[in-house]
Amino acid sequence: MKKLLLILIFSASTFASPAAAYLAYVSNEKGNTISILDTDKLDVVATIKVGRRPRGIELNKNGSELYICAGDDDAIQVFDTQAQKITGKLPSGPDPELLTLSPDGETIYVSNENDNLVTLIDIKRKDQIGDIPVGVEPEGMAISPDGKLLVNTSETTNMAHLIDTKTKTIIANILVDNRPRFATFKHDGSELWVSSEVGGTISVIDPEKKIIKQKISFDIPGMSKEAIQPIGVSITRDGARAFVALGPANRVAVINAQTKEVEKYLLVGQRVWHLAFTPDEKYLLTANGVSNDVSIIDVANLKVVKSIPVGAFPWGVVVAPQ
Amino acid sequence: MKRLSAILWLLLAALPAYAQTLTIKVGVLRQTHSRETLSILDLPAMDDGLAGALLGAVDNNTTGKFTQQNYEVIDSKLDQEADVAKEIDALIDKGAHFIIADLSAQNLLDASAIAKKRDTILFNISAPDVNLREEDCRANIIHVAPDRAMLADGLAQYLIWKQWRRWLLIKGSHPEDDALAQAYRRAAKKFGAKIIEERLYQDTGGGRRSDSGSVQTQRQMPTLTQNAAAYDVLLAVDENNVFAAYLPFRTWEPKLVVGSAGLYPTNWDAAHEQWGAHQLQNRFIANYHRPMNARDNAAWLAMRVIGEAAVRTQSNRPADLLTYILGKDFSIAAFKGVRLTIRSWNQQLRQPILLSDGRMTISVSPQEGFLHQTSELDTLGYDQPETKCRLQ
Repeated sequence: MKKLLLILIFSASTFASPAAAYLAYVSNEKGNTISILDTDKLDVVATIKVGRRPRGIELNKNGSELYICAGDDDAIQVFDTQAQKITGKLPSGPDPELLTLSPDGETIYVSNENDNLVTLIDIKRKDQIGDIPVGVEPEGMAISPDGKLLVNTSETTNMAHLIDTKTKTIIANILVDNRPRFATFKHDGSELWVSSEVGGTISVIDPEKKIIKQKISFDIPGMSKEAIQPIGVSITRDGARAFVALGPANRVAVINAQTKEVEKYLLVGQRVWHLAFTPDEKYLLTANGVSNDVSIIDVANLKVVKSIPVGAFPWGVVVAPQ
Repeated sequence: MKRLSAILWLLLAALPAYAQTLTIKVGVLRQTHSRETLSILDLPAMDDGLAGALLGAVDNNTTGKFTQQNYEVIDSKLDQEADVAKEIDALIDKGAHFIIADLSAQNLLDASAIAKKRDTILFNISAPDVNLREEDCRANIIHVAPDRAMLADGLAQYLIWKQWRRWLLIKGSHPEDDALAQAYRRAAKKFGAKIIEERLYQDTGGGRRSDSGSVQTQRQMPTLTQNAAAYDVLLAVDENNVFAAYLPFRTWEPKLVVGSAGLYPTNWDAAHEQWGAHQLQNRFIANYHRPMNARDNAAWLAMRVIGEAAVRTQSNRPADLLTYILGKDFSIAAFKGVRLTIRSWNQQLRQPILLSDGRMTISVSPQEGFLHQTSELDTLGYDQPETKCRLQ
């Protein structure tokens, strides 16, 4: 009996946390905090005070560091996820908003809106190592899985600028619809998706041919066209499905990423900005700017299963690998 | 002027020399605005309006580096005696077939007649007259500025939302004030408000500034506003800056002032920073060392409309650009939270109306709950079924 009990205790302690407990980080634009969520408990486990107006956030590959664009502090802060402390900052230039990391984890690419530049930062040296002139108000940043192609979107020029990371020069400029805010590659690198907030569309770009191969638009009964403003985009690893945050339409569109047909609209919180999958793609988390919460979408069943209150005006969201 | 041409020249010099660069010349034809303002803060700058067009050209030229396009601004400032016909001809002679116009209604119509003969499109950035969009509408004018009906409706929707339905209207004695009062009467009827009384403030002329300061004003304004029936807000109608700014904090009863002072409707305000607008404000202040006003913004937006159409059509022909601007694919981002498009029936830019107190954006109309079958933006101003415009 004692032995059995021991076994029970042992197994309980071993298996108390199922495999899918990840930590998600949510930047709260007005709260000046990062909310840390446990994706198993589906609850906030910590709230950390960071720099002013945190928006774009990215983790390094092993999840040990989180890089936070603190716009009003004109810097990218480095957050140690183990110690849960800010350990330093990177010189981003004024008002950083979105960033992306090179696949080798050594370089940060950040859009520098005031100067119409994409700025390169060496993470180890904490130093700027170059600039690439782009269009007016650079914003969205993405890098191809092989690290060769960097993409920046410029909000007023309305272009996706395709940049060769080796030569650090623009190799193509692709006109998209108004106010392109976000870009992401399919995991196999075969497609580049760019969202146009004001234009209300997604441009699917063939990175090889450097042309738009398809445009996706949205139609929600009873909602004016102007209210549908695509921002964050997340595509499943197998490339089958895409999820698009529609801003003040308070919905996430579910898209068949093969046919590009919209399958469903999921009602989430108000003004949904950015999205992130858990690494097992069981859940998709959405940062809802106006309702101050995060919606949890069950990816397999396409259902919103919970909304979790976070700080004031959540904007960015990332989930750490285990 | 020397400095201006230096700036223009720099703009050109900054561009790499492409073999097939397409040049788009844009004229800025602008009236001299009165320096008779009640507040020193409202004095027009030397580059009023022009600065917005120049910034628009800087933005377009940044894009132009990638599209081999080059935008050039040609400034023409009119003094009181200037002959508009001569000035517009001179601009067109210099190759400007797109003209950003800050003109009175009559001057704009005169300019339109000349422009029509010479394959030129005008962008109205200031005249708020409803007739320009209605019975006197013209096929070669795009109205970037909102008209009085849109402004009045924008304010009225917010007042209704606040349940401030009873208005005491005090209007000035100029013809523009009659037109603006009419827009507010229409808005009251349209949205269910009541104008409990109308009063007149007679402009007796004379200097607006004196060393005696606020002593007399402090006594006049309570008198002007006393003995009214119960009301919620005092609606000041004063387009010429004669008295409205004197009203806040001086009314007989402790009442809010809206309209031409207090909470006012506008297409742009220097305090607006939502939806990324702070980026534009920052750029403007960095370049021109002053805040961006409504005319500057409309000029910037007109230049962006031209840029957007030229980039998408890869053309500098007025007919190509106009077709695109009026087509279903056209939309433009202007830091107001939604895409802006053009009303096909009268060529008025659809746009939200900002409500500002000069320090903050208090709200943005259309307000929630004012519904429309095609675009909520069309709850502001004259809608298609009621238009009298027959474009010609």
